[in-house]
Amino acid sequence: MLKLTDVTVNYASFTAIKHVNIEVAKGELVVLLGANGAGKSTTFRAISGISKLSKGEIHFLGIPIGGRAPDKNVREGIVQCAEGRKLFPQMTVQENLKMGAYVHRKQKGEIKHSLEYVYHLFPILKEKHHDEAGSLSGGQQQMLAIGRSLMSKPKLLMLDEPSVGLAPLIVEQMFQVIEEINREGITILLAEQNANAALSIADKGYVFENGEIVVQGSARDLLANDEVRKAYIGA
Amino acid sequence: MKILTKRNAIIASIIFAFSFPLIAQNDYYLHMLTLSFIWAIAVYGINLLSGYTGYLSLAHAGFFAIGAYSLGLLTVKAGLNFWLALVCACLITCVIGLLIGLIALRTKEHFFAIYTLCVGYIIYLVIDKWEGLTEGVRGLIGIPAPGNIGPITFDTAASQYYLVLTFLLAVILVVYRIVRSLTGRTYMAIRNSEDLAQTIGISTMKNKLTAFVLSTFFAGLAGALYASFIRFIGPDIGSTSIMFDLLMYLLVGGIGTLSGPLVGTLLLVILSQNLQFLQEYRMLIFGPLLTLIIIFYPRGIAGAVFDWQSKRKDKQLPNVRAEIHIKAEEG
Repeated sequence: MLKLTDVTVNYASFTAIKHVNIEVAKGELVVLLGANGAGKSTTFRAISGISKLSKGEIHFLGIPIGGRAPDKNVREGIVQCAEGRKLFPQMTVQENLKMGAYVHRKQKGEIKHSLEYVYHLFPILKEKHHDEAGSLSGGQQQMLAIGRSLMSKPKLLMLDEPSVGLAPLIVEQMFQVIEEINREGITILLAEQNANAALSIADKGYVFENGEIVVQGSARDLLANDEVRKAYIGA
Repeated sequence: MKILTKRNAIIASIIFAFSFPLIAQNDYYLHMLTLSFIWAIAVYGINLLSGYTGYLSLAHAGFFAIGAYSLGLLTVKAGLNFWLALVCACLITCVIGLLIGLIALRTKEHFFAIYTLCVGYIIYLVIDKWEGLTEGVRGLIGIPAPGNIGPITFDTAASQYYLVLTFLLAVILVVYRIVRSLTGRTYMAIRNSEDLAQTIGISTMKNKLTAFVLSTFFAGLAGALYASFIRFIGPDIGSTSIMFDLLMYLLVGGIGTLSGPLVGTLLLVILSQNLQFLQEYRMLIFGPLLTLIIIFYPRGIAGAVFDWQSKRKDKQLPNVRAEIHIKAEEG
């Protein structure tokens, strides 16, 4: 479904990621592991079209999408849920969600349908749909950010560190929901530092270090891999 | 039953505005208010771009001048009917705005402000130096007053006041509708974070450009009304000092708010008229006032009122708030 071939991204003279090869099949849940600054977010920015590729190509559903405008990518079904629960803090919960359906703004019926789906996934958002997004707690903000991404009806959902800064109990709920979204048929690319939790729900994973993929394999293999255990699980 | 609701306050202000010519003792006050309404239209334009979309433009006095000169030249030199010239003036401003926007919007933040400042100055210079077209420093004289609409004429101060007031109300209504629609929220999303707006599928360039062109439309409309109201225009109306006056009205009233442009313009125009006797020393009052407002009320007077209202609401509903907080922590 998604294929990155030899992708390199430079920020001015600094190389953020180099020679990245990733393959994601339809319906899979793939995790990108790595420390801060290892290149996970840059990979996401490259896929969604915000950062330009210096080298390589990205194929989505068999079509090359390197250099395509981000809004076109969202219309075609690639959506990114940015790191750090970036919301529109002055807008209400419902307004935030409706912004997520921007590419479907003419289909009022579909928006209503997606809205119900998101409220079904996160009932707390329905309860608070009139509150300002900025007034929500950390976990709720993350739910809203994920919900807003789902409003665009993605085929591929990219989640950038959804567990960062959340209480352990909330993190557990969050991963349950991510699994549920994946079961409904949405392909998921998940960037995480919480390797244990991420690998427990993933099909396969890639480990980033200094902008390069150093280890890759099935989730089970990675969980058993000594290097990965040492670096990310601490056992 | 509360009498002091927002709705009633708006209705009362509109009634007051319409009855003002009956109350006012002399034409001087009418003249002053009409002029400040014209400035307010331009400030609404700047607010749409700088307040809601987050792109601080310093070229809008230039667009104001383009609107004014288009109307002036079309009526004086081409002999066009006022209403047709008004429509053309707005269109000309929009077309020039579109071309400039295409280039200017490739820059961001302070670079955008500096770039548009230069554009504004270039527009001023073109008007000042192109004597063959604009008459240069001599200015354009004898611009006709607004033409009749059927039996309605616009030759008295009161009738011109009503004309400009109608335009102002229409502009406020249009801006209100934009800001409250998905389009307005799209602009705010861009102000919030362009990257984030892109990740949810907003074509930021297209939306920034429409915001830019719309805001030049309002500046051009204000300029055209100014030309037919004052009936003489010189290159000075496109100068940077006018630009900073407009910006000051916006900042004092409240950038990114609906009532800010009107409040700021009325307050400062009336204040500066009443401080005429101080001449240039007026700036000794405005300078510190502006600094204080920016430090303590970054969203101006309108923003300060909102904050005060929401604080009061918080006090009125302590129990409900506490409940929400408990729930939030549980969730």
